Amino acid sequence: MTTIFGVPMQALFGQLLLGLINGSFYAILSLGLAIIFGLLNIINFAHGALYMMGAFVAWMLLTYVGLGYWWALGLAPLVVGAFGIVLERVLIARLYKLDHLYGLLLTFGLALIIQGLFRNQYGVSGLPYAIPTELSGGQRLPFMFLPNYRAWVVVASLTVCIATWLVIEKTKLGAYLRAATENPTLVQAFGVNVPLFLTLTYGFGVALAGFAGVLAAPIYSVNPNMGADIIIVVFAVVVIGGMGSIIGSVITGFTLGLVEGLTKVFYPEASATVIFVIMVLVLLVKPAGLFGRTA
Amino acid sequence: MKTVTPAAATGALLTVRGLEGWYGESHVLHGIDIDVRTGEVITLLGRNGAGKTTTLRAIIGILGKRAGSIVYDGVETIRMASRNIARLGIGYVPEERGIFASLTVHENLMLPPRVKPGGMSVAEIHTLFPNLKERAGSQGTKLSGGEQQMLAIGRILRTGAKLILLDEPTEGLAPVIVQQIGRTIQQLKAQGYTIILVEQNFRFAQTLADRHFVIEQGRVVDMIPNAELDANIDKLHAYLGV
Ligand SMILES: Nc1ncnc2c1ncn2[C@@H]1O[C@H](COP(=O)(O)OP(=O)(O)OP(=O)(O)O)[C@@H](O)[C@H]1O
Ligand SMILES: [Mg+2]
Repeated sequence: MTTIFGVPMQALFGQLLLGLINGSFYAILSLGLAIIFGLLNIINFAHGALYMMGAFVAWMLLTYVGLGYWWALGLAPLVVGAFGIVLERVLIARLYKLDHLYGLLLTFGLALIIQGLFRNQYGVSGLPYAIPTELSGGQRLPFMFLPNYRAWVVVASLTVCIATWLVIEKTKLGAYLRAATENPTLVQAFGVNVPLFLTLTYGFGVALAGFAGVLAAPIYSVNPNMGADIIIVVFAVVVIGGMGSIIGSVITGFTLGLVEGLTKVFYPEASATVIFVIMVLVLLVKPAGLFGRTA
Repeated sequence: MKTVTPAAATGALLTVRGLEGWYGESHVLHGIDIDVRTGEVITLLGRNGAGKTTTLRAIIGILGKRAGSIVYDGVETIRMASRNIARLGIGYVPEERGIFASLTVHENLMLPPRVKPGGMSVAEIHTLFPNLKERAGSQGTKLSGGEQQMLAIGRILRTGAKLILLDEPTEGLAPVIVQQIGRTIQQLKAQGYTIILVEQNFRFAQTLADRHFVIEQGRVVDMIPNAELDANIDKLHAYLGV
């Protein structure tokens, strides 16, 4: 059997794929957080809960309405995004003039409430969600078996991240977003409805989380705690990439997923902590994050 | 005590009456009275910290707290959000220029939405400021100070705004650039734009303005028609402490 540094190739590629899958979720989730933080100055602790909500909306659509995976992929982000818009208008918008800490506390509280409600209703054992038939099965590659659904998750996540990045960097809408992130007062003084932008941006950012939730549903079971588990890691990713850096969050998300995968192969004991160790090192050396601008 | 014509009766494009303004708790404007007629260029003169920038910020609506009356084109704006004030046709060129680092020169130029018909085309703006065309793809803040000022003015000319608030457009710029900006302002005046110009250099202002309002500690203490500027030069020196 082929080995590399004494590790079977098969195990190596298997873990790299797992890392890439995790990285896909880190990337979409930290992208949403970065956009929201950049424009709204809100550290959105509810992000994990809204990701979980995306998975639950997919499950509910299937269970109560009979709409399958592909419908959910389109509808769940809309539902979560609309929910986010209501949250922003009713609660979060009141905090913009205050310190970051208040936004963090509010969204943390919201996360606990949302998770609590789902836990009450659905328990914590997790609900199954089947892989859509179009994506069942897999490919036999030289060194590993590649399940189609997992390949799809990576492609879908990359596509959404790149599309989001293109919209932000290359379109007029993105120019407004970048300008308002830099100097909202001046953009407003040009006649632009900045508050509306903030609302829609929050809605879009959490819709990304909802989308990630649907992608995750067939891989992890649909569980009220799924968001709480991942969000801590995602926050570490955002800190490493640099709060508010769009491209940084995507690159860091995928890279850290891979790093985590490699650690599982070469030093499994550290795989749960490696991201946090990197976070500490980055904070010591470059406090604004790898892609962050030092203010 | 100076008599002040009520807003409704002046026939001015912009009428500011008893304008007060605050930064948090600190009370900075203490009753500013200004009126500007259509097509006029007026200046706000005054020492550092007199309240000139704050007056412009109050007019465009980005000062946290303001009171009094600001009527533009018949509309009372004192309680309006700045985005709606801008949409009446007022363009703001801030003292710090406000060029966005995350936008290219072209994106900066295209950012402010059109608020009224009749704004300049991009081609016209490029004729006015050829440098902006050459550097269209550069990062906005990579431009020289003079070019950033041209960009800050140019992007407002696109919007169709008829009243332009210019805060120290020549500050820190080389004499040739100052002349170019002077010529631009003259050209704009000839095209019928109305301009409020904040300027430290009243010799420069003299070549452009119709009237000068002198601000001291948040109040208008004098108004000098341009024709009488030379006759009042000693008084003006005293006001400005030069
Ligand atoms: N952001 C702020 N917070 C608190 N006070 C401020 C702020 N900006 C200006 N001030 C104060 O308000 C007063 C008026 O300032 P303003 O900037 O309007 O002066 P100015 O006439 O434009 O001066 P300059 O010629 O230096 O630009 C000053 O006393 C200044 O210290
Ligand atoms: Mg000033």
